[in-house]
Amino acid sequence: MTENPFPLDRDDLLKAYRIMRTIREFEERLHIDFAKGDIPGFVHLYAGEEASAAGIMMHLKDNDRIASTHRGHGHCIAKGVDVHEMMAEIYGRSTGACRGKGGSMHIADLSKGMMGANGILGAGAPLACGAALAAKVRGDGGVGISFVGDGASNQGMFLESLNLAAVWNLPAIFVVENNGYAESTARDWAVAVDSYIDRASGFGLPGVTVDGTDFFAVYEAAGEIIRRAREGGGPALLECNMVRFYGHFEGDAQTYRAKGEVEAIRASRDCIKIFAERVIEAGVISRAELEAIDKEVLDLIEDAVRAAKSAPLPAPAELLTDVYVAY
Amino acid sequence: MARKISMKQAINEALDLEMTRDPSVIVMGEDIVGGTGSPGEDDAWGGVLGVTKGLHAKHGNRLMDTPLSESAYIGAAIGAATCGLRPVAELMFIDFMGVCFDQIFNQAAKFRYMFGGKAETPVVIRAMVGAGFRAAAQHSQMLTPIFTHIPGVKVVCPSNAYDAKGLLIQSIRDNDPVIFCEHKNLYGLECDVPAESYAIPFGEANVLRDGGDVTIVSYGLTVHRAMEAAEALAKDKVEAEVIDLRTLSPIDWDTVIDSVERTGRLVVVDEAHPRCSIASDVAAFVGQNAFGALKAGVQMVTAPHVPVPFSPVLEDLYIPNAAAIADAARRTLAPTGTSPRSIAA
Ligand SMILES: Cc1ncc(C[n+]2csc(CCOP(=O)(O)OP(=O)(O)O)c2C)c(N)n1
Ligand SMILES: [Mg+2]
Repeated sequence: MTENPFPLDRDDLLKAYRIMRTIREFEERLHIDFAKGDIPGFVHLYAGEEASAAGIMMHLKDNDRIASTHRGHGHCIAKGVDVHEMMAEIYGRSTGACRGKGGSMHIADLSKGMMGANGILGAGAPLACGAALAAKVRGDGGVGISFVGDGASNQGMFLESLNLAAVWNLPAIFVVENNGYAESTARDWAVAVDSYIDRASGFGLPGVTVDGTDFFAVYEAAGEIIRRAREGGGPALLECNMVRFYGHFEGDAQTYRAKGEVEAIRASRDCIKIFAERVIEAGVISRAELEAIDKEVLDLIEDAVRAAKSAPLPAPAELLTDVYVAY
Repeated sequence: MARKISMKQAINEALDLEMTRDPSVIVMGEDIVGGTGSPGEDDAWGGVLGVTKGLHAKHGNRLMDTPLSESAYIGAAIGAATCGLRPVAELMFIDFMGVCFDQIFNQAAKFRYMFGGKAETPVVIRAMVGAGFRAAAQHSQMLTPIFTHIPGVKVVCPSNAYDAKGLLIQSIRDNDPVIFCEHKNLYGLECDVPAESYAIPFGEANVLRDGGDVTIVSYGLTVHRAMEAAEALAKDKVEAEVIDLRTLSPIDWDTVIDSVERTGRLVVVDEAHPRCSIASDVAAFVGQNAFGALKAGVQMVTAPHVPVPFSPVLEDLYIPNAAAIADAARRTLAPTGTSPRSIAA
């Protein structure tokens, strides 16, 4: 048996791969079904960015909370939200994670520590501070993690949260998922500093930048930051530089991207391919093992779509329910 | 010369004409140009739904993309307005108003009064309103009554391309802050629009249909549902007068009161939630000022007191429809005492 050079054992490596593959297939399938007209509303795909969600969430338990973004499917899956419930939600069915009332942009599962995808840019950062505050008050060692895009990192809510987390010494972690674009606008135009580490240090937080397409880089940096936060060491910022395989949302013609850009990143910066090559090359996992997972994931997604399509629609009375706990 | 163009094109044309006429007009917003700093095509988006497409080619840097920082750029538009520019700032979805509301209700809205009449803040904030886009709770609200509540801001919500063009031109020329609400499900709707420039004054409602039996007042998308209801009622020999308010602050009380005094019956249709809405505002005003003319209780047809649901089957129930409006009109015509309580709040 070859020696395992990775900081995860075989089971965890397989688990990480399964998470990333599940996200990828989920998104690839939505891409196809959206084009067919099967899916209503705005859908923002996480394909290409899987290593960030997986590398971070591998460290988390259900009492660790995450506040996600509009591009939330990957965060949900990595945090353990049920794929069938997610698919049903996106199809607007009563069996969905939010009973069809939220849709793609608002999937949540509080029991899994998934505080919700969010349609308002930057709004997750204060909420994650709240999760971190609750963990600190309870003393349960939990952390609150806010995901934010490069574009949304320009929101006052986000910047205020950095300061709040610092002065309250919260177990809060701010993950900037830098995919180079905010809608059609380039990150480098909209953010005046070269590195988010500069922003973090301006607020008195440690910051780390990693190649977000390298699962192991994300995993190790996140592990260190999360451990520190759990031990009372306070907040930190993690910048994951990554790539977006599809448009801003489904239906985006992406004429603002360079010719050949998407093909090039798919060929050279596919985080799943990079992961697979490394674990196979190290002789720790075989290609056959990964292919077996691929097959299971495909079946899972197929089943989720089939179930979603045949699930009941919300009953008309649902329109008026769940506005308040009591009224 | 009039041609058929969509509301989207009409808004684009109004911006183009005003930018051409007045060099102090600048336009800003997120991805309103699109592709800024990106390696591919410039002017790639022209706004998230393409409303400002092509304007950058013509007006260059007077169209400005912004970072995703509504508080900062909406505030900057307001500040620049007090210093001689006429900024038109696009806040993609009105739901994002929460992010920058202070700049609007504590700043822009207050300057004129608070500074003893010395300030002018000629800023226009354009934003998409309304449900029906399957865009769920945070991208589908009306929120119009939130703004009409605030003295110092004007609130406009056109129902068609012709009004959109004339009202936007008026908004840009107006010397007060204007919230210009564009219903996203009206963007594609076409009507005859003159190519030349024209302004529609604020506070002038449009009577779309004459009728002596019942008055139906609305604005925005639901004006079209009101017209459908009127057609259905006409088949039953009930003639409805349909009034499109067009501007909500200021609001044309005279046209509403005049109509109710003739018909004696009023249905107010509002895509906003029922409590403290445009509908309840109109109902209260008529109750106070034309009580003697009323032959039946005023009926409100609104969205329910719930957030906008995602699932299309629920969202379709959420939006006031023609059948509900016609039913409400029939209730005003039923003998008194038989009208059931309307929408639970
Ligand atoms: C407060 C607010 N402003 C604007 C938007 C519209 N919007 C949705 S996603 C997006 C771009 C986000 O870019 P980024 O934060 O980099 O995330 P990415 O989409 O790249 O994952 C914009 C402008 C919004 N949803 N909320
Ligand atoms: Mg981005």
